[in-house]
Amino acid sequence: MNGLATHRVLGWLEGLGRITLLGVEAARSLISQRVDWRGLTYQLYFIGVKSQSVVLITGAFTGMVLCAQTYFQFHKVKMDTATLAVVSVAMGSELGPVLTALMVAGRVGAAMAAELGSMRVTEQIDALRTLATHPVDYLVVPRLSATVLALPLLTAESIAVGILAAYTVGTTLLGIDHAYAWHNMLKYTQPQHVVMGTIKAVVFAAVLALISCYKGMNCREGAEGVGRATTEAVVYSSITILISNFFLTLFLTRLLGA
Amino acid sequence: MIETRRLKKSFGPQRVLDGVDLRVEKGESVVIIGRSGGGKSILLKHLIGLLSPDEGDVLIEGESVAWMSERQLLGVRRKFGMLFQGAALFDSLTVAENVAFVLQREGRLTESEIGKKVDEALAMVDLGGTQDKKPAELSGGMRKRVGLARAIIYQPQIVLYDEPTTGLDPIVADSIDQLIVRVRERLEVTTVAVTHDMRSARRIGQRILMLHQGRIHFSGTPEEIFQSKDPVVYRFVNGVSDPKEPHF
Repeated sequence: MNGLATHRVLGWLEGLGRITLLGVEAARSLISQRVDWRGLTYQLYFIGVKSQSVVLITGAFTGMVLCAQTYFQFHKVKMDTATLAVVSVAMGSELGPVLTALMVAGRVGAAMAAELGSMRVTEQIDALRTLATHPVDYLVVPRLSATVLALPLLTAESIAVGILAAYTVGTTLLGIDHAYAWHNMLKYTQPQHVVMGTIKAVVFAAVLALISCYKGMNCREGAEGVGRATTEAVVYSSITILISNFFLTLFLTRLLGA
Repeated sequence: MIETRRLKKSFGPQRVLDGVDLRVEKGESVVIIGRSGGGKSILLKHLIGLLSPDEGDVLIEGESVAWMSERQLLGVRRKFGMLFQGAALFDSLTVAENVAFVLQREGRLTESEIGKKVDEALAMVDLGGTQDKKPAELSGGMRKRVGLARAIIYQPQIVLYDEPTTGLDPIVADSIDQLIVRVRERLEVTTVAVTHDMRSARRIGQRILMLHQGRIHFSGTPEEIFQSKDPVVYRFVNGVSDPKEPHF
């Protein structure tokens, strides 16, 4: 039993080390190699544009339900007009970045792992190497760069839509006063919350792109291998996003004083 | 030009290569034969640095490549072209984009110059007019031809073939063999092919090596191997199974 646990921990640590090395190689490539504009543009379209509907729906309904639930509790203590302030801070620094990253991990991370996994099992990645092309330059860097560029924008969009939806629900359905709601929201939402949300989005983007690319490029043979890599990419990305969010919140709150 | 010294490679408890010593001279055409799962493709992948040995060395033009980093190997691989068993075409790209891949990445030529070279490479493999097709629209033989066009467009010095005729009907297999000979003669490249197709080995090889139990068991001309009385070579060449040994 101890042997199995040790084996698992060592395997997990090895995976973590390999993903870190992949990140270092990608950073090195980003600095020293020519930018693949075509690959980057396609990935920006695939990750940024094609994720719009998922991100908008997630942001809007999260904002609305958060507004409704907060209002129901605050109404009991006559704090109705603080509802949108809570929604704004929560969406800006926590729910916006985390939920957007989780939705993108489900859509984009799975696609990355499946595509790279299929390329691996059909020897396309080996073919790239024989054509004097480093797989990190051609496959990982455009995906990583596009995710790091797109996810903060998607997160901002999700937060804005969430707050707008919450404002609409709060002021029309729940009867919160427009002026007080707006005033309190601006009063309690600090620039630090926006900065925190943006930093988190960048970190989550790097995490999900690296884990998904790593899982795809190192998948086992056959359809089962590709399937497992895809599942692991989504599960590991999601868990890492949730765990790192907690530590980022503690660290950034202390750093930014949010 | 290509040399391996005491090359050893294991996967888990299974030793696939057990001290392979191999030498291929410039311009030579060598075919490596052996049983399925006997390590032929593994050996081929060591020559181009796709795999690293556990022990031993690989030398390309006297330069040791076995322990080079992936980035150092990129320069060495420019000397090679490789045709994979399943062609390994990039299925998101068209035929023309596949063939032009290296030239596009290098960015030294203009689009019209690249287009001209793509047309020439496709004409060489008798596939003119397929530029805009996707790999999924091609037959197995056509995919291999495109794979070969992609491997030779940048005029490598060495071309490696991994099971070039596996999965093809005899007529298409013969046309691929003729193509391999044509590429060798026109481009004067060094050729290393692995196969278990003896008809193909006879047609394309000037020298045939037999890999058996992780080592080079036999080396000779096609005539010598077909006339060999060595029981291992004889059984393989003539497709005779050993009743004492299960073969599946």
